[in-house]
Amino acid sequence: MSTTTIQLTVNGRATDLRTEDPAMPLLYALRNQLGLHGLHFGCGLAQCGACTVHYDGEALRSCVMPVSAVAGARIVTLEGLGTADKPHPLQQAFIDEQAAQCGYCINGMIMQAAAFLASNKKPTEDQVRQALAANLCKCGTHVRILRAVMRAAEQMA
Amino acid sequence: MSRHAPLSRRALLQGSGALVVSFALAPPAGIAFAQGAGTPAPARSVDPDEVGGFLAIDSQGRVTLYSGKVELGTGVFTALTQIVAEELDVPLERVATVQGDTLLTPDQHPTDSSLSIQAGGMQIRKAAATARAALLDQAATRLRVASDQLVVQDGTVAPRAGGAGVTYAALLQGRSLSMKLDPAARTKDPKDYRIVGTPVRRLDLPAKIFGTFDFVHDVRVPDMVHARVVHPAAVGARLESWDDTPCRDIPGYLRAVRQGDFLAVVASDEWAAIRASRALVAKWGAGEGLPDDTRLVVWMRGAKVDRNEVLQRTPGPSAPLAGAGRQLRASYDFPLNTHGSIGPSCAVAEFKEGQLTVWTPSQASHMLRRQLATMLRLPEDRVRCIYVEGAGCYGRNGADDCSSEAALIAVQTGRPVRLQWMRHDEHGWDPKGPPTLLDYRARIDPRGQVVAWEADIFLPERPMKRSGVTLLGAVLAGLPRAGPDGPGTYNPGLGIPYDLPGSQLTAHWLLDTPLPAAWIRAPGRMQNTFGNESFIDDIAAATGVDPLAFRMRHLSDQRGLELLERLRQFAKWQPRGARARDTGPLARGRGLSYAKYELVRTYVGLVADVAVDRRSGQIHVERVFVVHDCGQIINPDGLRNQLEGNVVQTVSRTLVEQLTFNRSAVTSLDWASYPILTFPDVPQVAIDLIDRPGEAPWGAGEPTTSAVPSAIANAVLDATGARLRSVPFRPAAVLAALAGAPSK
Repeated sequence: MSTTTIQLTVNGRATDLRTEDPAMPLLYALRNQLGLHGLHFGCGLAQCGACTVHYDGEALRSCVMPVSAVAGARIVTLEGLGTADKPHPLQQAFIDEQAAQCGYCINGMIMQAAAFLASNKKPTEDQVRQALAANLCKCGTHVRILRAVMRAAEQMA
Repeated sequence: MSRHAPLSRRALLQGSGALVVSFALAPPAGIAFAQGAGTPAPARSVDPDEVGGFLAIDSQGRVTLYSGKVELGTGVFTALTQIVAEELDVPLERVATVQGDTLLTPDQHPTDSSLSIQAGGMQIRKAAATARAALLDQAATRLRVASDQLVVQDGTVAPRAGGAGVTYAALLQGRSLSMKLDPAARTKDPKDYRIVGTPVRRLDLPAKIFGTFDFVHDVRVPDMVHARVVHPAAVGARLESWDDTPCRDIPGYLRAVRQGDFLAVVASDEWAAIRASRALVAKWGAGEGLPDDTRLVVWMRGAKVDRNEVLQRTPGPSAPLAGAGRQLRASYDFPLNTHGSIGPSCAVAEFKEGQLTVWTPSQASHMLRRQLATMLRLPEDRVRCIYVEGAGCYGRNGADDCSSEAALIAVQTGRPVRLQWMRHDEHGWDPKGPPTLLDYRARIDPRGQVVAWEADIFLPERPMKRSGVTLLGAVLAGLPRAGPDGPGTYNPGLGIPYDLPGSQLTAHWLLDTPLPAAWIRAPGRMQNTFGNESFIDDIAAATGVDPLAFRMRHLSDQRGLELLERLRQFAKWQPRGARARDTGPLARGRGLSYAKYELVRTYVGLVADVAVDRRSGQIHVERVFVVHDCGQIINPDGLRNQLEGNVVQTVSRTLVEQLTFNRSAVTSLDWASYPILTFPDVPQVAIDLIDRPGEAPWGAGEPTTSAVPSAIANAVLDATGARLRSVPFRPAAVLAALAGAPSK
C-alpha cells in the first residue's frame, strides 16, 4: 500500500500528514504524528466531543473525519487557540471559573464554545446550553463550564 | 512529545541526574519524568510510618510530597499540596508532588471512599508537622534560641524577636527526613492558617486548559507499540478459534496475542492496531448466560442469599409491626450503572529483564501491583505501577483491567506497549455498579409516632462468583487472581441517621450479581439513603407532617439539626403538606434529603426543585440546594466543584442512565445507547458550606451523591403525589406512576 501525503495548515503552520490509509481519522494524525495532545479520544463515534478541533473555523469531531478529507483545510487545535502567555478569552475564563474536574472533556468544551462564540455574540445561557448539548462531561462540571462560557462571551462581546 | 522513563527515588532525592517537573515548579509539564535517570535505583523506604516516606526537602529548599493518594479529577492534588505548604510554612510554589508510584510513594490505600483528605491528607499533615518540629529543634540548637521562640516563614526558621535565621535546606543539607512519623505531633493552630481554607486555584488546570497536560493516554516510551483488545462476544465465552490473516494486509500490523480467552492485536501505529482489531476473525462459544435486564428486581428476589447480617439496630425498645395504628410497606430499587468515564481506559506497560513497569490510571496503584504480581507469578518488587491521570473514574472503572491486559501483551511481546480501550470496551467491560433492592416496613401508632421500622437491603456478597473485583486480564487469560473481595457495597455504616428506637436494617448478601461488579461513587451508601429518605417522606406524607419537621423531630444530633436549620433558611423551605398541587401540565415540587455519611461523618442536606411534565413524563431538576458540613475545609472552591459534580452526575444516574444487556453481554455500548445528562437538562446548584476549621476534615467526594436520588423522588411526590421507587426515573416509568397516583 502506498503512503498518501495530505497538505494542510495546522495551528497556522503548513503541515504534511502522511498515512497508509486515507480513511484514518484526523485525530490519530494530530495526536500521534504532530504530538498535539490537547484533543482526546473519547468515543470514536462523534458522540462526546472530546476530540473537537476547528476546521476552517467550524467545530469538527476529529475522531470521525478521514484525514483525506482535510486536505487544504485550516485546522486549529486547543494548543493553537491560545497559550499560557496568550490565552484565548475562553481559556482565561475556564481558569477564572476553575471550570474543570478531570479535564478530559475540556478540550471539546472550549473548542465547541469558541466556534460558537465566534458567530454568536452575547448569547443567553440557554443558547450556550444548546450549543454544548452534544458535548459530554461525566464529572458534572457543567455549571462551571456554563459560567466560564458566559464570562468569556461577555469579554468577547 | 514527552518521554516517560522511570524515575528513581534516589535520583530524585539526590537532585542529580533527574529532574522533577511539577505543576508548581515548571508548568506546563504534567507529571514527573526523568532525563537520563537510567536504570531505576533500589527503592528507598516508602514506609508510611516514616516522615521521609512522604516528604523530602532538597538543597534548594524545594519540598517534594510523595502521595499515595492520587488526583482523580477531584482536586486532591492541590488540596494535599496546600496541607503540606501550610504545615511546613513554605510557599505553595515550592511544593512538588509525586503521586501513586509504587516505587516512590507510600501505600495509602486506594483513592476512594472520600478518604483522600480525611485519612491520606491527615497522614501527610502529621508527617509535615513531625518534620517541622524536628527542623525547629535543629534550628534551636543552631541559633541558640528556644524552639518555642522561633517562627517559620517561607522555609526559613528565625527567632521571633528578630535576627538571622536558617533555612530548612541549610538545616538538612540534602539529607533525607529519616525520622518516625509522630502521630502526636502538634499540628498548626487553624487560626494561623494562610493557605489551608483558602480557594487556591487548581495546580493542574492550566495545563489541562492549554492542552499541554499529559494524561496516561499521552505517555510515550521509546520503541512503544500500540495494541487493541478483542473482548469476548459474551460474558464467560471461550475463544474457540481466531484468524489474523485479514490483518496481515494492514501496514504496521505486527501480531496477535492470545492467552486463553484473552485476545489482542499489536501494531506499530495506533490506527493500524484499531484496523487489525476490526479485521481479526474470532469465534466465541456461548456465554454463561445473563438474567433478563428488564426483570432485575424479580431476579434479585429470586437470587440465592448467602447469609443475612444485621447491619444496624438503633438503641431503644422496638415494638412489633403488628399492632394499633397503621402499617406502611415499600420497596425501592437502584439499577446497574457503568462508570462512564469520558476517556476509555488506557495503560502503557513494559516488561524488561524480568521487571514489569505499568503506567496506569488506576485509583489503587499499590493494590494493582499486588494483583499484577499474583497474575504474572512475579515477586511484588518486580512490578512497578506508576500513576498517570486518566479521565475521571468515579470508582473502579476499567483502568485496572486495561492495565492488566497491557501487562499481558508486554510480557508476551517483550515490547513496551500502549493499550487503549475503545468506547465499546469501556461501556461493555468496566465492572458495573451492582443492582440493589431495598424493602421497608413501619408502623405508625394512633398518635402518629413511628413505633416500628424494619429495613432489608439486598446486595452482592463478598466473595462470590462474580463480585470479587479481579483483573479482567487474569480472568480471560485463566491466570491466578487476587483482589479485593467485594464490589464495595459492603459497609458497616449503612442504616438510618435518625433516632427511631429499635429500628433494624438487615443485609441479605446475594451469591451472585448479573455482571462483574465494582464500586461506583457512594456504593451502597447512595442506595441505602435513597430507600431511607424516600420511606421517611412516605411516612411524613402518611402522617401529614412536613418532611423537614419530621426529620428534625427524629434527630438529636446537634450538628445534623444545625445543618437542617441552615437548609431551611438557605432553600427558603416552606412546610409542604397542606398546599394545593399544580394541576396544569407542568407540576412543580420540591423534595428534601438528609444524610450523615456512613452514620459517622460528613453531613449533607439537599433540596431539589423539580418540574414534572405530566404529558411527556419528563422530569426536569431545575435547582438543587446543598448544605454541607465536612468539618475543616481545605479548599472551599475545590469543595464546591466537587459538590456540583456530585449533584449533576447523580441527577444523570437518577433520571437518565440505564444499562442494557441481552443474555450474552452488555448492549449499551456507546453514548447513544447509554445516554447521560446533557447541558440543557443540568440544574442550577446552590451551595452553602459550613466550615469548622477546628474540627477534623471529612470527605466530600461522595456524601452529596448519596442524597440526590431521594431528594428528586421526594420532589416528584410533592409535585404530583406519585412515588417513584425504581431508578432511573425515565418518562415511561414516570407516566406509569402518574397514572397510578392518588388524585388530589
